[in-house]
Amino acid sequence: MSILIKGGRLIDPANKIDAVLDILIDDNKISKIAKDIKTQADTIIEAVGKIVGPGIIDMHVHLRQPGREDKETIVTATAAAAKGGVTTVLAMPNTSPAMDCAENIALLKEMISRDAKINVLVCGSITKGRLGKELSQAAMLKKNGAYALSDDGCSVDDDELMFEAFKKAKQAGILTICHCEDKKISGKGVINLGYNSTRLGLRGISNESEYKRVARDIELAEKAGAAVHIAHVSCRQSVEIIAKAKKKGIKLTCETAPHYFSLTEDALLGYDANMKMNPPLRSFEDLTAIKQGLKDGTIDAIASDHAPHTENEKDIEFERAEFGVVGLETELAVSITELIDTKLLDWSKLFEKLAFNPARILGVDKGSLSQGMVADIVVISGEKDWVVRKNELISKSKNSAFIGCSLRGVVDYTICNGKIVYKK
Amino acid sequence: MLWTKKDLLGLEYLTPEEIELILETAESFKEVSTREIKKVPALRGKTAVNLFYEPSTRTRVSFEVAAKRLSADVINIATETSSVRKGETLIDTGKNIQALKADIIIMRHNCSGAANMLARALDISVVNAGDGWHEHPTQALLDIFTLKEKLGKIRGLNVAIVGDIAHSRVARSNIWGLTKLGANVTVCAPEMLLPVEIEKTGVKTSSNMDEVLKNADAVNVLRMQFERDEDAAFPEQLDYYKRFGITEERLSRAKNDIIVMHPGPINRGIEMSSEVADGKNSVILEQVTNGIAVRMAVLFLVAQAREAKI
Repeated sequence: MSILIKGGRLIDPANKIDAVLDILIDDNKISKIAKDIKTQADTIIEAVGKIVGPGIIDMHVHLRQPGREDKETIVTATAAAAKGGVTTVLAMPNTSPAMDCAENIALLKEMISRDAKINVLVCGSITKGRLGKELSQAAMLKKNGAYALSDDGCSVDDDELMFEAFKKAKQAGILTICHCEDKKISGKGVINLGYNSTRLGLRGISNESEYKRVARDIELAEKAGAAVHIAHVSCRQSVEIIAKAKKKGIKLTCETAPHYFSLTEDALLGYDANMKMNPPLRSFEDLTAIKQGLKDGTIDAIASDHAPHTENEKDIEFERAEFGVVGLETELAVSITELIDTKLLDWSKLFEKLAFNPARILGVDKGSLSQGMVADIVVISGEKDWVVRKNELISKSKNSAFIGCSLRGVVDYTICNGKIVYKK
Repeated sequence: MLWTKKDLLGLEYLTPEEIELILETAESFKEVSTREIKKVPALRGKTAVNLFYEPSTRTRVSFEVAAKRLSADVINIATETSSVRKGETLIDTGKNIQALKADIIIMRHNCSGAANMLARALDISVVNAGDGWHEHPTQALLDIFTLKEKLGKIRGLNVAIVGDIAHSRVARSNIWGLTKLGANVTVCAPEMLLPVEIEKTGVKTSSNMDEVLKNADAVNVLRMQFERDEDAAFPEQLDYYKRFGITEERLSRAKNDIIVMHPGPINRGIEMSSEVADGKNSVILEQVTNGIAVRMAVLFLVAQAREAKI
């Protein structure tokens, strides 16, 4: 099988390419990148006027399988990913059972090889059952195929245990991803603490509950000499703390999610549970800091934090509704709308955040378009608009924060491992 | 001015003109309760459903009386004995009531925003009878109605609201209503019971009761529930009474004709002394009477808006 993508604007930050070039894919690899390739191919994709970039690597995704197949499955999540231009996801370990031992990872990997449309990497849990009490065996998890460790959705509260976790992760040579939240501070909060939480009569979640834990995790990781990645950064102070630490030369990376640079707490004024996530949508000041952090490089990656929930869990009283939103199908378009259209980032920088950096952070040989690499590629109509419709979402759950929004950027093709896995 | 909203969810969502319209309409309905036959046919053939997820006697009864004086049929649903106990969702319950061809749901709920959610899901009218810490619009409307009746105006009045502002829907609705009509509002509470950034609603904050009372034309005293909120710090009860309790002694230093209000039920000796509750400045029972007129006005207006739409 060969595919020739002709005449597109090729964006590849790894090789500093932004030019009109053709790509030839043979079997599953990129065999040639050149101007005006004349070779015949089984499939020819006319990409004049389109953007051709590395497939998106989303390092924060909840597949919900095993355990909550009513919310999402590997089949539906990876189909949604393909539609969104995503070719690799890191599956978070808050499944049931949690990914805290070799057996559970083996179980998940079997499901992945059976059901996944795209590449799925597994994230193990830092502690057994993600309970923050007893460490999982980092080396064992890594040996069995975990690409990172995280207690996703929870932070390990015990400082000593977290320090121990970083030491073990360092020994095993595996990345630790931190969900930074001090639940003693955030408590039963459901939206950002501020004027809106006061107006709505809802319990607030302060920035402090996030950034204090960011500071702690960076400090412990540094002391242990371990690699740390901060998940879903949402507030100004976290960006500042991370920028400072990076300046000091500490090895750390971080991600934010599209909703933190596109929506503010004002989206909550109608008590729409599709705007309820953790960390919560913050103030305009925080949104501005997130955008600035993306621009100046403090924030390395964009990840969706795709968190499917059924209607029964969302279409209920606001404070009882689950936290989280789906994002695989909209993350690219929201990023284009908010970052490219506003000229905050250029295409190269955007693919750095969406593909190249996540690959680098996870240590996988992906995220670029070099000759000889496995062909994970997305072809986009970068200036075409579309409206997010609930009934058009293919994720099993429809809890998108962007329903009804007009977004820019339509995925025409997603190619994963040399195969077309999505075609508009 | 015509009323166009099918629901009453909160005073934050109303214009000053809409608030005035409710007050004017209430004025004309007040007389009905003084007749020998206390009934007008305004809502004859309409059905109002009291859907109460929180125990409440006074608000529920007040709404029931109001609806009946408008000749509406009233159904009371106590959630402890309904299918809500069997796990039915709020929206399903609402849709079932709508399918019974009821016209108005009057809802009390312990979750903030529950009325907003229900109103969005239904075509029939939803009147918020208190949702979580969010709003209790008819309580604030009857407070404002009473104030206006007593003092002739709202604009320029100095009104103090004292008590657990953070967890009070009565406080929030009063703040919106009073500030929209031009009153100067000060909320007075121990710091830990003031919600963050409450000043942005246009009120002043204070933790000095005597200072606030000096200039107040009226004080609205909230019910204190010391047992209620397990995750917030609460002041010690006796210390609270000492610092914020409304006593004769404290009132002696306020304006002579200061109006004392309370949404009830009163905790005598906890937020207010018995002497004050029963004293010359208290309008607490008049508030209860006015509540009927205000709720008649609200039911009448939302039903009429629905009719205009259909």
